[in-house]
Amino acid sequence: MASIKRRVAIIGAGITLFRRRLKETGRELSFYAAKMALEQAGITLDDVDAVVCGTAPDAFDGVHMKGEYLADGMGGHRRPFVRVYVGGGTGVFTPIAAWWHVASGHFDVVLAVAEEKMSSCFPHPQKAFTTIFDPIYTRPLGANLVWIFALEMQRYMHVHGVKKEQIATIAVKNKRNALDHPCAQLPAKITVKDVLESEVMVWPVQRLDISPPSDGAAAVVLAAEHVAKQLTDDPVWIEGVGWCLDSTYWTNRDLYYPKYVEYAARMAYKMAGIKNPPKEIDVAEPYDPFDYKEAHHAEGLMLARKGEYLKDVKDENDIFAKYGRDGDLPICPSGGLLGVGNPIAAAGMMKVCEIFWQLRKEAGKRQVKNDPRTGVAQAWGDLMQVGTVMVMRV
Amino acid sequence: MSVRIKEYRGTYYSRKDLEEGRVMAFRDRPEARYAWATGVAMGRFLSELKNGRIIGRRCRSCGRVLVPPRMFCERCFRPTDEWVYLSDTGTVLTYSVSYLGPAAERLKEPVIIAVIQLDGASPGIGILHKLGEVKPEEVKIGMRVKAVWKPPEEREGAITDILYFKPIEEG
Repeated sequence: MASIKRRVAIIGAGITLFRRRLKETGRELSFYAAKMALEQAGITLDDVDAVVCGTAPDAFDGVHMKGEYLADGMGGHRRPFVRVYVGGGTGVFTPIAAWWHVASGHFDVVLAVAEEKMSSCFPHPQKAFTTIFDPIYTRPLGANLVWIFALEMQRYMHVHGVKKEQIATIAVKNKRNALDHPCAQLPAKITVKDVLESEVMVWPVQRLDISPPSDGAAAVVLAAEHVAKQLTDDPVWIEGVGWCLDSTYWTNRDLYYPKYVEYAARMAYKMAGIKNPPKEIDVAEPYDPFDYKEAHHAEGLMLARKGEYLKDVKDENDIFAKYGRDGDLPICPSGGLLGVGNPIAAAGMMKVCEIFWQLRKEAGKRQVKNDPRTGVAQAWGDLMQVGTVMVMRV
Repeated sequence: MSVRIKEYRGTYYSRKDLEEGRVMAFRDRPEARYAWATGVAMGRFLSELKNGRIIGRRCRSCGRVLVPPRMFCERCFRPTDEWVYLSDTGTVLTYSVSYLGPAAERLKEPVIIAVIQLDGASPGIGILHKLGEVKPEEVKIGMRVKAVWKPPEEREGAITDILYFKPIEEG
């Protein structure tokens, strides 16, 4: 980084329940999450200089300029307000944008709120998802969003010789971790066998390999160092941010490895001075809309070598030993998107909230056991083309 | 979740609650229609499909042959240089078997889809299409395939002028 003017901390976080359908509007959910984050930070909206909004496609809501509609509920009324959007990567990109608002020296306190209400698109949000595809070249083939995941998962398994039985352990771990998350939509005690016997959606993707559509919101409060130190004894410093976008011509790259996630991670690690990610990172929340994506992204984040995230993982016991809360490197202690739910932008923000609570030792039953000092949250999206990464420390 | 927080808000309702009127919903179906200009590169690509041919563009700077074609190279950020006809045969890079339609509706007969590297395209430059005349369990990565075209009089200048790709035996 050329010259970063100021250190920035997260000083409060908030979240709503994640559910398939919530009665509240997106605005109302945003208000709940934003209000909770402000209360946790011990401040009111009067102390906030600017608001950054994150929310995914307008097509879910059927309402254009949805950032503007959400502004009131996010605390954006009559103050600098901006919506950022990089598809599924939005949830981590939102606090990244809030970070540069503060790091630049332009604002002292910024509220970042991410929201998604997918249930408005009835009967199923998949139909809205199909509008992300190229209208001329891809949509006439009858594409649905799960296709691209299935093609990517197949390629990943083929190149590295990874088995479905191994990948299924990730769904087992995350859904079980989610049993301890009070906001979780799909917490469950399941087995590898359950995953392998669940309905085939788009082979090799089966029902229990996938996270659900969800409604929900999450928020964090960011403050410049001098303000953060006044307001709290436990600031969590944002020490690295990175993001990178590849082309929408997704059939023109080898899908076995998310190079753009690696580039985003390298940017964040360089800023945070991290040279050996698996040794220097204590807890990670890679984006897991599908179980194989946790492996794919952990490799992109260089927490494991290419194709080796699931090396030596043969069953449930192995995955908990390696990546459980008391494992070698805790991964997705929240329960991830697979367990907590996947309200797109709010899901990425949930991961940032989780690292914040883990580093503050506030995660209760979900608390990882290795006295974490450094954590990383990552999100991913669009047409398998964006990586957003945030490194946090105490 | 933080141990400092005691209550998380949000009110769940089921699809049944909605359908049986226990939750109020206002329904609408926004209607917006589009006529997308195909552009320079895709326009030529589609008109060549109508002729039963597949065309790409070469960037002389990086040497890649790009398909679908584009008039500029996103890596070199310069105009691409020439049109290149590609074979309608190729190799399966990855595939899947879809039991889901576009709206997540369940399909009785699955659709097999694949990313196919056409002969003449640069390594890793694939196109998305369907596979046919093959059972799901017979598909393999690395399999050789060939386009099956619509009859000329039925072609309309669309990606669907190719019905699917089928496996080929090579000696």
